[in-house]
Amino acid sequence: MRELRIHGRGGQGSVTAAELIAVAAFEGGVFAQAFPAFGVERRGAPVQAFVRLDNKKIRLRSQVYEPDYIIVQDSTLIKDVNVFMGVKKGGIVIVNTEKKPDYVIPEGVKLITIDATSIALKAIGLPITNTSLMGAFAAATGEIQFFALEKALNHRFPKELASKNIAAARIAFDIVKGAA
Amino acid sequence: MMEITEGSHAVAEAVRLCRPQVVSAYPITPQTHIVEALADFVANGQLDAEYITVENELSALSACVGASAAGSRTYSATTSQGLMLMAEVVFNAAGMRLPIIMSIANRALGAPLSIWNDMQDSISLRDSGWLQFYAEDNQEATDLHLLAFKVAEDNSIQLPAFVCFDGFILSHTYEPVDMLTQEDVDKYLPKFNPAERLDAADPISFGMYATPEYYLEFRYEMDQAQKRAKDVIAKAGKEFGEMFGRDYSALIEGYRLEDADTAIVAMGSICGTVKDAIDEMRTAGMKVGLLKIRVFRPFPAEEIAKMLSHVKRVAVLDKNISLGAKGATAMEVRDALYGSAIPVKGYVLGLGGRDVRKRDIKEIVAFSEKGPNDQFYGLRKELI
Amino acid sequence: MALAVGCRARPGKARDNKTGSWRVFKPIFDHEKCSKCGMCKTLCPEGCVHEDAEGLFNPDYSYCKGCGICAVECPKEAITMKLEEK
Repeated sequence: MRELRIHGRGGQGSVTAAELIAVAAFEGGVFAQAFPAFGVERRGAPVQAFVRLDNKKIRLRSQVYEPDYIIVQDSTLIKDVNVFMGVKKGGIVIVNTEKKPDYVIPEGVKLITIDATSIALKAIGLPITNTSLMGAFAAATGEIQFFALEKALNHRFPKELASKNIAAARIAFDIVKGAA
Repeated sequence: MMEITEGSHAVAEAVRLCRPQVVSAYPITPQTHIVEALADFVANGQLDAEYITVENELSALSACVGASAAGSRTYSATTSQGLMLMAEVVFNAAGMRLPIIMSIANRALGAPLSIWNDMQDSISLRDSGWLQFYAEDNQEATDLHLLAFKVAEDNSIQLPAFVCFDGFILSHTYEPVDMLTQEDVDKYLPKFNPAERLDAADPISFGMYATPEYYLEFRYEMDQAQKRAKDVIAKAGKEFGEMFGRDYSALIEGYRLEDADTAIVAMGSICGTVKDAIDEMRTAGMKVGLLKIRVFRPFPAEEIAKMLSHVKRVAVLDKNISLGAKGATAMEVRDALYGSAIPVKGYVLGLGGRDVRKRDIKEIVAFSEKGPNDQFYGLRKELI
Repeated sequence: MALAVGCRARPGKARDNKTGSWRVFKPIFDHEKCSKCGMCKTLCPEGCVHEDAEGLFNPDYSYCKGCGICAVECPKEAITMKLEEK
């Protein structure tokens, strides 16, 4: 079983990202589970969402404490919340930032930084970073196929909004693929 | 067909396929996406039902009582404080023997204010006469709605039913669910054909008053109907299995229990976490199993006593507490095992959304061998 | 007799309860004074006053509890309450 934890702030679409990653993974024939850390939903407050992926039915219902993957939607969270807590050795952390990291990443963990905010502003016109980070996640982990993500986005959003989000996801996907 | 969707939406879809004729609910907090989705279905023509919006939950269930008495298949959904506001009507609906089905996305009760999961809401109404089903996952949550309608509407039962599934933990979780088709559901669930209904041309009153010479017998008859429901559930659950491949004939289910020394008894979504913990403990050579209670009312006391007859100890998990006494399930399981020498220990845990992990289950199994009889599990000592 | 499921009942169950025996005072209707206004019928809490073919009113003594409202309200003072002989 592989586990993903998404850190974000209320309004950035962390829960939607978890759901769409699960939908895309399920499209690829994997059993998937996505759920939010049921917090007090306020815009700007730190939030978490989780995804589990497995080749068999997932029964576990606790939150994710030892993730294989972490997505950080907002790098300012790093000083407020221990976003890297419990990450597994060999795990992958994706951080939305335009800066070089000034924080320490746990040993044996791969850090990928991507300026998802700029990508989102360019492709969508709004600082909604979740879809760009989904693209980066697809490229970095191989857990979901890009076409499946595209399908999930098309299913979730009206046509025009979906294409903008797909464009954002594609840019991030290509950047991460290119860097690899 | 397997689809990945949110628990609330899967339930709403299952309810739609059951063709309720009247839905009434209060759509604001505390509520789930279920009634929102049903309102959409009615508005866009996917469900031919009367959707009655009301000013609060008391009115929602009152509207359901009238609709059900008039002979309509009737549905509502609520949780937590909403269910508490309904309480008076909850008892009346059962006493009038109206087979209303209501989804309960289990949540804690205030004060203190909590929006998170536990089972205090529906457990607090365990004496109301409603059948109570508890789902482990979203597949069960959807399936149990069909079963509930079928059993509740059976003329030998005529009792309403809660279909309980853990708030947030299931209601807000995306996972694959095998969605049934209208054709299949129609085959399984015939039209509601009540024994009696309100009819202006042939008047009748529901829930008249009973003097002390009669009241006791009315309660006895309700209790008898609850007990008859065991057989009706067995029959309807078996039929469900034959049609859809998932057998719900048993009120309880054992998991790796056949040769277990320690049995954990639990209800709802926690059973999944318990199963994973059991697999790990089994690998480590520990003989641990799970008894899952799917139907809490009628309470399967004899079935539990039989299934646990060989174990050395029982640890009961309760996401509720009868303050001043114990967790409700622990009390009833101990009652079911009365006369046997098997020790039963109760663990109140996960209240108000406190997360329960595999390691907690393992610790409880260790406690069950040597710890105190009953306890709150996972208390933060620094706070008390 | 078995109980009705859900304590359901057809209307008219109150007819089984002959409340006339509760009476201490009995209303006597004097049709000579009656102006046929129907106030007694309208105000009878038991609904036991009936109009006959000639438009005159009479109580059904099987149900009349003897409350005396009809006697108090009758504008012609055509109803008098007499102690019931038992």
